[in-house]
Amino acid sequence: MATLDERTEALAVSRRTLLSNRVRRETLVGWLFTLPALLMYAVFVLLPLLLTILYSFYRWDGVGPMKWVGLKNYLTVFEVPDLLGTIFNAFWLVVWFSFIPVGLGLVVASVIHRVATGRLGSVARTVLFLPQVIPLVAAGIIWGWLLALPGLINEILKFVGLGTVTRAWLGDFDRALPSVGMIGVWVLLGFCTVLLLTGMTKMDPALYESARLDGASWFQEFLAITVPLLRYEIGVCLTVTVIAALAAFDIVYVSTAGGPGNSTAVPGIQIYILAFTQRAIGLASALAVMLMILVVIVIIPIQRLSQERIE
Amino acid sequence: MRVARSELWAGRALLIALMAFTILPFISIFTTALHPSGTVPNGLDWPANPQWGNFVEAFKVAEMPALLASSTFIVLAVVPVSLVISTMAGFAIGLLRIPGASVLLFLFVFGLTLPFPGIIIPIYLLERAMGIYNTRLAIVLPLIALYMPFAVFWMRTHFVNMPSEISEAAKVDGASTWDLFWSIHVPLARAPIASLGILMSIWTWNQFLLALVLVEDPTQRTMAGALGAFQGHYATDIPLLCAGTILILVPTLVIFVLFQRQIIAALLQGSVKG
Repeated sequence: MATLDERTEALAVSRRTLLSNRVRRETLVGWLFTLPALLMYAVFVLLPLLLTILYSFYRWDGVGPMKWVGLKNYLTVFEVPDLLGTIFNAFWLVVWFSFIPVGLGLVVASVIHRVATGRLGSVARTVLFLPQVIPLVAAGIIWGWLLALPGLINEILKFVGLGTVTRAWLGDFDRALPSVGMIGVWVLLGFCTVLLLTGMTKMDPALYESARLDGASWFQEFLAITVPLLRYEIGVCLTVTVIAALAAFDIVYVSTAGGPGNSTAVPGIQIYILAFTQRAIGLASALAVMLMILVVIVIIPIQRLSQERIE
Repeated sequence: MRVARSELWAGRALLIALMAFTILPFISIFTTALHPSGTVPNGLDWPANPQWGNFVEAFKVAEMPALLASSTFIVLAVVPVSLVISTMAGFAIGLLRIPGASVLLFLFVFGLTLPFPGIIIPIYLLERAMGIYNTRLAIVLPLIALYMPFAVFWMRTHFVNMPSEISEAAKVDGASTWDLFWSIHVPLARAPIASLGILMSIWTWNQFLLALVLVEDPTQRTMAGALGAFQGHYATDIPLLCAGTILILVPTLVIFVLFQRQIIAALLQGSVKG
């Protein structure tokens, strides 16, 4: 005779299976929700990533047979000065694309915060931000003309009596890279300024007021309050701008295409030239892998520093 | 707040100098664009006889209507699809907390550090094999995929902060997961979806590398890609190049002026969350 106990037991079991069925169905539905995004990402990002790594071990022109060469492509990158030089150029660009906009942005943001809270401040915000929304290609074209021999920069230099230093900036072996860097300053300064300014307005104004009551100068206030408390925003600015420098392509391609010689070639440009004009797919892929590793290595410590809690 | 008078003026002077640094390049290409086509004018010289016709000429040779149509098509193909699939994925990862959500999230976030030039070669070869090379689809498909790390992360950040009571109440009422998503959570997520849409539209309009490598015909490219091609053809005719550049910038600048508040806010949030 089926006791009451047995019957409740049976009921509980069926409820459990019902429940776990429901959970399983929900899990399945949940996975279906991620499927389209995952599929696109897998086909056009993850697969190409794996293929880039794979190609980097081969000698290949993209059409003919592939020849396994092991780590030889990586060795070539280290041995050929023009290839290794692109990585040095990328780090040199970090100074211009990252350190200057972030440093100057901090100064400008604190100036706006301190002396121009009114109309001038909001106009400055919008104006400085403008280069951030135009295509980088346009920035490259505009500055390509400004830095030319008859361009605005040389006109200004002549006007202030520095006529002797005028030159075709982007065609000069020693000055082309800093000139490309200037374009980066122009594009990224406003972005950093506005981002840092937003961080400042979130801070407790009492901090500034008490500092000013104590007679703190702009510079003391800057070092003691602004910089330490903006650590997170500074970290964000550095992350975005460092990636922009290391992965630079558009500005360089349009303004110098890596020249003169190889003086402004950065990894992005060199990958493009190797793969699409010289058909050295394997070598280009090895450089691409190194670029990707480089970005991760540089970004991780920046993230660590900026996310650390302030004791 | 009280600030010394001298400091006030020094600060203002710095701001005005920096604004001049930002604006002068635009003014310079504008005055250059008004010089006779084929000449090489100086810096900021105002032309004796402004050649407004240069803009008409550039409009014609750059095939502006075709370029605008192409860019608009690409934006309309990329942005809505990206919004829908990233919102769905962000919902599943952030709100449904499906098993394996943290692994998925890591997989997507990892993509945030990937520089585009790093994976462009296989994308090119894949698209040749798929037969979509040199079509707009060649730009659209990889762009949707390349936005996924950022977009999924962005939407997940929104959904993970939604109180669970909302979903529980709906479940008690017998709502299916799809109902929960579409009728309850998507309307609540309107603000982050709109910001994401603005961001992806600007990025798509300005996308250069994919257009350069994957599409040869400028009238099938994005605006930035078309500008690159225009520069290739008219690099020696400075006034015409400047006129064309200005024309290509006009839509972006108009949109920026109209929606500057939303655009700046979206770009800032985008980088803070990224």
